Amino acid sequence: MNRNIKYIDDFRDPATAKALVERIRRDAGDAPVRLMEVCGTHTVAIARGGIRPLLAGVVTMLSGPGCPVCVTPDGYIDAAIALGGERGALLASFGDMLRVPGTSSSLEKEKGKGLEVRVVYSPLDAVTLAAATPDREVVFLGVGFETTAPAIGGAIKTASVQGVNNFSTLSSVRTIPEAMGALAADPEVRIEGFLCPAHVSVVIGTDAYLAVAQRYGIPCVVAGFEPLDILMGISMLLRQKKEGVARVENEYSRVATSAGNRKAQELIRDVFVPCDTGWRGIGVIPGSGLRIADRYASFDAEKKFNTPVVFSQEKSACRCGEVLKGKILPVDCPLFGKACVPEEPYGPCMVSSEGSCAASYKYGAS
Amino acid sequence: MCLGVPAKILETRDGAAVVELGGVRREISMMLIDDASVGEWVIVHAGFAIERLSEEEAEQTLSLFREIAGADESRDS
Repeated sequence: MNRNIKYIDDFRDPATAKALVERIRRDAGDAPVRLMEVCGTHTVAIARGGIRPLLAGVVTMLSGPGCPVCVTPDGYIDAAIALGGERGALLASFGDMLRVPGTSSSLEKEKGKGLEVRVVYSPLDAVTLAAATPDREVVFLGVGFETTAPAIGGAIKTASVQGVNNFSTLSSVRTIPEAMGALAADPEVRIEGFLCPAHVSVVIGTDAYLAVAQRYGIPCVVAGFEPLDILMGISMLLRQKKEGVARVENEYSRVATSAGNRKAQELIRDVFVPCDTGWRGIGVIPGSGLRIADRYASFDAEKKFNTPVVFSQEKSACRCGEVLKGKILPVDCPLFGKACVPEEPYGPCMVSSEGSCAASYKYGAS
Repeated sequence: MCLGVPAKILETRDGAAVVELGGVRREISMMLIDDASVGEWVIVHAGFAIERLSEEEAEQTLSLFREIAGADESRDS
C-alpha cells in the first residue's frame, strides 16, 4: 500500500463521510448549532468539500479570524510599501500578501510602478536572498500565526547566527487562543463550539484552548484539514453539546499533542515577546500579538528603519470585520460579488484564497 | 500561506531534509523537530518541518472511522 494514501486519501473516504454526516444529524437538536471554524485552511476545506449544504439546518458553520492575510491591518501594507519605496529595501513576501489593500495602494500595484518584491516560499529563502545581495537591505514581510511564527523566528535566528545583517523582518504575528477568547467574550457572536486549527495546535498544543473551554464553557475540538477530520470534529463538538460539557478534544492526534512542539515554542519565546495588536476589522486584542524581542532589534524592520506600523480602524462599506467575527456571512455584505470579487478585491477576506469571502465566492455561498 | 502538508523524508542533511512536495523535491529545515529519519512523515509548513506524523495515531483514528462507517451500514440494513 502506498503510505501516502494512509495520510490523505483515507481521510477522504465518501462512505465514511456519509456515515459521519448521519451521526451529526442524529445528534442534532431542534435549532442549528453555531460552530466556528477558526482557521482559514478549514474555511477553504469546508467550502471545497461542500460540507455546509450537507449540514444545512443542523449546523451553522461560521468562519473565524484565522486567515493571516485577512486580519493584517492596512497600516502594515503602508509600512511595507514605505520600506520598499522611500527606504529602498528589497521586499520578500509570501505570495498572497501582494494584493492586500493598504490605505491607498497594494504591493502588487506598487510593484507595477517599480517596487521590488520577491515572492518566497519560506522565510529562510529571504535570508538566503539577503546573503546573496549584500549591498541591499532585504525586508521579509513576516505575517502569520503560531504555525508561521517559529519559521519567521527561525529565519531571524539564522540571520543572527550567520551574521546576515542586511536582513530584517516587518513582523505581524498573531496568536489564536487570545482571538478566540475575544470572540467568546463578545455577546453578539454566540459561538457554541470551536473547531480549532490543526497546525497552530501542532505548535502550541491542544491544552492552549483549556482557558477558552473552561472560562466560557465553549467546547473545543482540534481537527485535521481533510473532510473526514472536519466532519468528525463537528460530530465531537455536537456530542459535547449534547452531554452539556465543554472540553478540549483532539481529533488530529496523528500530529497534534496536548503539549505541542516544545522546540518551536522555545524558539518563539526566544525571538518574540507577547504584545497587544490590532486585527483588521476586529480591533486591538490584548496580548494577541508577538513582536520581535529587543535582543533581536537589529532584525526588526520597524525599529531598524524607524517605520512603525500604525493601526487604525478603517471605515468603509466593507464588512470583513463582521465576517471575521462570524456575525454575518460573506453574502450578507453589500459589496460581495459586486464591488468586491477575487480579481478586484475590495476587502482582505476576498484577497486570500483562505479568506471566507474568496472561499464563498469560489465554491458557492450556501 | 498557511498550507501545511504531509511529506515523506527522502534524504536527511545537516539540520535539513529533502522531501517531495507537489511533485517537486525540496529542502526543508529540520530546526523545529528532533532528528527524523528517511521514510518518516512530517508536516511541512513554510519550509519547516513542524512535527512528525504518528502512524499509530493515524491508524487509531482510521479504525474509529471504520467503526462509525460499519455501525452506519448495519443501521441501514
